[in-house]
Amino acid sequence: MTAPVPPSDGADLLDRQTAAGSLHAAGQWALIWHKFRRHKVAYASLILVGLIYLVALFAEALAPSDPGKFDPRYTFAPPQAISLFAPDGAGGTRFVPHVTGFDITLDQQSFRRVFVPDPDQIIPIGLFVRGDPYRMWGLFDTDLHLIGPLDPGQPMFLLGADRLGRDLLSRIIHGTRVSMSIGLVGVGLSLFIGMVLGGVSGYYGGLTDRAIQRVIEFIRSIPTIPLWLGLAAAMPKEWPPLQVYFAILVILSLVGWTEIARVVRGRFLSLRTEDFVIAARLDGVSEYRLIMTHMMPSLYSHIIAAITLAIPNMILAETALSFLGLGLQPPIVSWGVLLQDTQNLRAITQAPWLFAPGVVVVVAVLALNFLGDGLRDAADPYEK
Amino acid sequence: MTDILLKVRHVSVDFPLQKDIVHAVRDVSFDLRRGETLCVVGESGSGKSVTARAVMQLVAEPGRIVAGQVHLAGPDGDTDIVALGNRGAAIRAIRGRRIAMIFQEPMTSLSPVHTIGQQIIEMIRLHEKIDKADARRRAAQLLDRVRIPDPEAALDRYAFEFSGGMRQRAMIAMALSCNPEILIADEPTTALDVTTQAEILALIRGLQQERGMAVLFITHDMGVVAQIADRVLVMYQGRMIEEAGVFDLFAKPREAYTRALLGSVLKLESPGPRPVRPQTEQAVMAISDLCLHFPLGQRARAGGSVKAVDGVSLTINTGETVGIVGESGSGKTTLGRTLLRIYPPTSGQVTYTRDDGSKVDIATLSKTQMKALYGEVRMVFQDPHASLNPRMTIARIIAEPLRINTALSDREIRDRVGQLLERVGMPTDIGDRYPHAFSGGQRQRIAIARAIALRPRLIVADEPTSALDVSLRHQVLDLMRDLQTDYGLSYLFISHDIAVVRYFCDRVAVMKNGRIVEIGDVAQICEHPGHPYTKALIGAVPRPDPTLRPDVQIRVQA
Repeated sequence: MTAPVPPSDGADLLDRQTAAGSLHAAGQWALIWHKFRRHKVAYASLILVGLIYLVALFAEALAPSDPGKFDPRYTFAPPQAISLFAPDGAGGTRFVPHVTGFDITLDQQSFRRVFVPDPDQIIPIGLFVRGDPYRMWGLFDTDLHLIGPLDPGQPMFLLGADRLGRDLLSRIIHGTRVSMSIGLVGVGLSLFIGMVLGGVSGYYGGLTDRAIQRVIEFIRSIPTIPLWLGLAAAMPKEWPPLQVYFAILVILSLVGWTEIARVVRGRFLSLRTEDFVIAARLDGVSEYRLIMTHMMPSLYSHIIAAITLAIPNMILAETALSFLGLGLQPPIVSWGVLLQDTQNLRAITQAPWLFAPGVVVVVAVLALNFLGDGLRDAADPYEK
Repeated sequence: MTDILLKVRHVSVDFPLQKDIVHAVRDVSFDLRRGETLCVVGESGSGKSVTARAVMQLVAEPGRIVAGQVHLAGPDGDTDIVALGNRGAAIRAIRGRRIAMIFQEPMTSLSPVHTIGQQIIEMIRLHEKIDKADARRRAAQLLDRVRIPDPEAALDRYAFEFSGGMRQRAMIAMALSCNPEILIADEPTTALDVTTQAEILALIRGLQQERGMAVLFITHDMGVVAQIADRVLVMYQGRMIEEAGVFDLFAKPREAYTRALLGSVLKLESPGPRPVRPQTEQAVMAISDLCLHFPLGQRARAGGSVKAVDGVSLTINTGETVGIVGESGSGKTTLGRTLLRIYPPTSGQVTYTRDDGSKVDIATLSKTQMKALYGEVRMVFQDPHASLNPRMTIARIIAEPLRINTALSDREIRDRVGQLLERVGMPTDIGDRYPHAFSGGQRQRIAIARAIALRPRLIVADEPTSALDVSLRHQVLDLMRDLQTDYGLSYLFISHDIAVVRYFCDRVAVMKNGRIVEIGDVAQICEHPGHPYTKALIGAVPRPDPTLRPDVQIRVQA
């Protein structure tokens, strides 16, 4: 049932609409935003996704240390908690943000380092401290970090350390950049292929449509993991990491475009017979203009939703490939590369914090999915 | 036990939206007596359907009944339906068993994955403890009662195997399955053709008299009201305007709104003022033996096809309005679209005489040659919600044909759009708004402004008034006639509504199964139809005059 609308057709209706304000002159984006805002989970996810991309953008400054910096003394060091107050030696407390250092002993039987937090070793930490030098966005050199120990020589492992004593938090933050950008750029590439082929398929129909659809079905029928494995194995070993990164991107998008092509084709098929498209054709509009100015605006919102839902697939695919050791290779840091460390039993028994990148993957994928869902619901503001 | 079955007292229904509350029904009270038909009539948005749904506690989310009582008389006193809430055993025992409902769309109100029999049997067994075989026998009897041929076999068929009228009969059979005391019919004939509508109305009337049911009949069509009502409740913007016996209401309506509503209906009952036809006619478009066959999927190779337009010949003269009437599926819309080459014709000629006297055959023109004609032959669509691009502002929509086909500057286009809006009776400062800001009638005016932007010579109008409320129809028609006088336009006017055609057209062609069965002067066809199909079509139109009602003892015919 539709919501009741005032039936009058006169000036009073127009007056009321003018009084009701902006919504009646609002374009589709304003309407979509209006509807999206009411979807609480999606709205929260939008903020979360925004934060994740901000982390990716400012990875170097946010990470407490360089992701490659290792210290054999702190192999598998457990996470440290931040405390704000420390005893001042005179029986009282004083305000010192700090982490506690470790008392390291070597277990003679297993030759394992045993870390015991030592409350006497206070490692003061602070915001905007000097630490490992880096080159921000390849533009200027600095050594400013958002958070870190005041003395760069002292250990601070908020999420623990890995088997080489590298700070896991810093590595996750740097991995965010690689993993999230693979999602975004990969989808961008898929989008281009998908829009062109899906659009052609849906607009012209007939034989073209059938041919493209069979190709899509064929690609989708190939089990993805063996396909990636094959393509990844075909990459020469001597390629530099950056080239591997782009090769992986291309591989993922060559498979990923099919979903977007189907969405675009479906929308084109249904739009093609809409009265307003026929009306535009009867206005004498050229085919190019018909597609670009009359049909495309109805598609943007759906495409954005499709993209948002495709990004998590890309992220998961990259993670899976890298986890298997066939995707990105160290020294590039991605969430999948980090998860390679969890392939053995020792990680589970001795250093469960190594699963933290997995948690981050789950959070990012869920947030993107909720966001995509919300966008899809809001995509057509004229649907009830 | 009193005669009054249902007492509705001061019922109000609100729909809270984001910022404000829509009062869909405000303080409505009425009685429904045993064996009587109460028609609730009003335009779209008047709250008539919501009122009916409130009686069954079926108001859609987020609507809520905020005040009032609905007393249903029973052997042990009254039950207040509002107090029962909208879920729970108590209300379910009333729904279907004591009050049944039939809906507007018979296609969507029957399940497509269950047979008709399964649906009726489930309904019976929900309310009565009888075994399956007995329930099946009952169901077959019910189908027989609503005149579905071969009821035993029909039980095992699916809704999509039935025509619209048959589906609505099955829906009525289901509603009757538990001998309800009250039947609520929410626009049960609006989606049907006039001939089918007449059958369904006769069926409801007959069943009601046989069983002494009370019927609450929701409709927007004053013709239907005149045919079926005992009493009438007129609603406007959620309020009751007037309640009266049907003869009183049509003879001497008390309220101004009722008078206006009846006035706009009656205005369409007689031919509108038409300019006199000149002595010598000049054809603007001559259609001869036009065919359009759609090949049928698998059987296409064997020559199987649907003959949507099957040998139509018709001439439209300059300044003339030619109506095409027919039921759904008669090919009238397809004919209109073929004339603009939206569908390429299979065979035949469409000879169009251009302004300079040269003749072209639209049926064989190439795409580029056809483009030159798009400015002269235009189209107005049925649904103004679908024909205006929701992503474009009004100014861009109207400017589009000007931008493509003329060399006007942006400033000139803006001025021209303003003039066009003024011409169709809209304020000129609404150009930056989107179609969703306007009501159906306003949108149709905007669509007409787009159609006349290029000063066309012929407009194919495909049911331009059927999506509009009755009070707006003659306004749009009058506007179209004024434009005709100003610009010397010709119209091909496609409609299923005889009243509108009689009001607006000079000549009319009656279509059936892709063919024209009769063509002639509009007065002659409407008063003295020659073809039996035309007779049936015109005879089935419900006239808005209760005194013309056929004998109350209508025989229910198959």
